[in-house]
Amino acid sequence: MPSLLFYLFAAITLGFGLLVVTARNPVTSALSLAMSFVGLAALFIGLDAYFLGILQILVYAGAVMVLFLFIIMLLDIKAEEGKQLNLVPIIGGIALAAMLALQIAGVAGLFEGGKTAIDDAPIATQTALEAMGKDVLPTIRGDLEEGRLPDAKLMGVVLFRDYIFHLQAMGLLLLVGTVGVVVLSKRDDTPTTKAG
Amino acid sequence: MITLNHYLIVSGMLFALGLAGVVARRNIIIVFMCLEMMLSAANLALIGFSRFNITDGLPDYTAQSLVFFTITVAAAEVAVGLAIIVALFRAKQSVEVESVTRLQG
Repeated sequence: MPSLLFYLFAAITLGFGLLVVTARNPVTSALSLAMSFVGLAALFIGLDAYFLGILQILVYAGAVMVLFLFIIMLLDIKAEEGKQLNLVPIIGGIALAAMLALQIAGVAGLFEGGKTAIDDAPIATQTALEAMGKDVLPTIRGDLEEGRLPDAKLMGVVLFRDYIFHLQAMGLLLLVGTVGVVVLSKRDDTPTTKAG
Repeated sequence: MITLNHYLIVSGMLFALGLAGVVARRNIIIVFMCLEMMLSAANLALIGFSRFNITDGLPDYTAQSLVFFTITVAAAEVAVGLAIIVALFRAKQSVEVESVTRLQG
């Protein structure tokens, strides 16, 4: 990824992220968050994680943000116009965030492995082809032979071969989540027979 | 030249922004959005490590499947969290964090 694109998308991600925190109107916050997630997805794609980049846009910028906007509009939340800011949490939040950012920057500065440039760690499809040997799906082999990175296919192999149990546990989690949402949002107005 | 540290610092700054929002904001929905931002910042760090840990010419797909699972959990978390917020709004007619103080003691 050219450096310019990295800085552009990092600026989009962080700039709109700042707008999420500072905007008074919740709708502005939600739309800025969607924009921030789009920038983040572009950073993912710059790191050759095409599948996760698309997934980030579909799930976060699409489904999750629509849900947020729907709830904001359903509850009809107004901007916090006339309210005074209470300074203690704001100063605390800024101080905490600044300390954390400084600490992460300090650790990253000392981290020798972090100094590898992205061009020094190239994706080598021929090496991958040789390392995989005979035991590789024909479709992945074809892509690697043509010098392309079969990102989604390799993800599929890892997910369905190595982490199949975890994937099924995720399915169960989503089912439990759905049932939980139904239970939580059910209005409790049915006349119940109370004991005593 | 873009190094792994660039990505880690962007990820750390995004996480710090989210943390500031969680501490400073009073609107529960915005607090919740900032939580999502922090989760995504962790995802960016994971994908960065995955890309720079080249084994046999390919990125580390174990890290990327962890990100996949994180995104799934985050989606489920958003659904349940927003349902809780709606239930809270029904009970208190407010989404300010100050309106929920029963456990404050």
